[in-house]
Amino acid sequence: MTSWAQLFRDDPRSPAPLGAKVATVGVLLLILSFLSWLVMAGTMPNTAAVWGYRQAFWQGWLMTLKLSAGALVLSAIIGLSAAMAKRSKILVLRYLAIFYIETVRGLPLLVLLLTLYYGVFHALGWESRQGAAVLILSLFAGAYIAEIIRAGVESIGQSQWESARAIGLSNSQIYVYIIAPQALKHSLPSLAGQFASLIKDSSLLSILGIAEFTFTAQQVNSATFSTLESFLPLGVGYLILTVPLSLWTKHLERTLRYET
Amino acid sequence: MIVECESVSKTFGSQRVLREVTFRAEFAHTLALIGPSGGGKSTLLRILAGLEDPEDGTITINGRRLSRVEKELALYRRKIGVVFQSYNLFPHLSAAENIRLPLEKVHRLADAKERTDRVLERFQLQDHGTKKPAQLSGGQRQRVAIARALAIDPEFLLMDEPTSALDPEMTAEVLDVIAGLREARQPLILVTHEMGFARETADVVAFVAEGKVLECGSAQEFFASPQSPAATKFLSRILKY
Repeated sequence: MTSWAQLFRDDPRSPAPLGAKVATVGVLLLILSFLSWLVMAGTMPNTAAVWGYRQAFWQGWLMTLKLSAGALVLSAIIGLSAAMAKRSKILVLRYLAIFYIETVRGLPLLVLLLTLYYGVFHALGWESRQGAAVLILSLFAGAYIAEIIRAGVESIGQSQWESARAIGLSNSQIYVYIIAPQALKHSLPSLAGQFASLIKDSSLLSILGIAEFTFTAQQVNSATFSTLESFLPLGVGYLILTVPLSLWTKHLERTLRYET
Repeated sequence: MIVECESVSKTFGSQRVLREVTFRAEFAHTLALIGPSGGGKSTLLRILAGLEDPEDGTITINGRRLSRVEKELALYRRKIGVVFQSYNLFPHLSAAENIRLPLEKVHRLADAKERTDRVLERFQLQDHGTKKPAQLSGGQRQRVAIARALAIDPEFLLMDEPTSALDPEMTAEVLDVIAGLREARQPLILVTHEMGFARETADVVAFVAEGKVLECGSAQEFFASPQSPAATKFLSRILKY
């Protein structure tokens, strides 16, 4: 006997029918709109005023995209260098890498931003605010990426090194042809996740007064006194960047599972 | 082929795996290293393969002394073929790419592709060239590994328990291939637990136990009447079942 409740149970052995899934999503959306109505019913929507700032939103979103893209490339370079330094046989390099990775991973990004930007960069007379922002964000993400890359390299068994040495490959050839392709495959899902974090973390750059996406939304909010109308597009703007990345990660994880 | 070791010693941490190993083996085709587990066979083979550096002693192969300098050892490794127990192949490359990689990147041969096709065919692997190792059976994987080792035209081959990770049927499949190598001109040194196989195909046997080569001589004589008490005990135990 199939009861109603059973139709809405999803089990790998007896998956729920498509209709049940659609109905569930529909009901949840209804509840969500009801809650939204409760919140907003008493307020006067001020979308028109916020609409006037669409150009500013667009510019802010582009700035976030630009800063994130810059930090993405730079953090990958920093992360790779730190990971290699941590595996180095030269003590100075290894200790420096450990010090960098452990310190940065132990600090909140906000603290790092305030200390480095107002403490160090100002003292050094660093002019470019955006340059400093990208550099600090990259230093922050680089520490995590270094650990992801290191774990990827270490996940490759000793037997692979052995086989590669036995067929006569040089050390650098082993890294290029044997270790890097396999390590990258292992690390890609974590790396993609880290890059999504980087995009989200870039919102903290607003405290440096850079006209990126979050900063812009705050500006629009104080100019129009319409909080939700300013911050809803902000959320959507970030999702446009992070959801594709997350979908790509899921896709990678799936293809990886089939190949090994 | 002549292999000579003169008081070769190797220690891992606090464990002395090889204690002043001294022996001389002259053989036409196959030298089998046999003996109980943990006796030092694999370490000895890895030293002969230039993958491990002994603390002490000298190794001479066909009159040439094995270098202790990593750079020269690397050059030496290029000229020989090594097959391990398992996980020989690179999982991200297809069978053909596994064979072609050393031909192209180490030996820089212009005919890498033709050579790859040739060895694939020689080991009846032509239908499996595009498959990744995970899609091959254990026996096929070891055949690809043997094909890769042979494709470079090595001076000789070294195999470290090439069948011990395989089930009996695949073991037979790989042993057939190894026995077939007799017709090729490359000599073979292998570590094996397959006593029947060693007796059938090896010319010379070196019995390795307690970190020493206790006995080294013709396979026929060794299996008929082992000299050392340790070898007698080992053989009687092995042949009991």
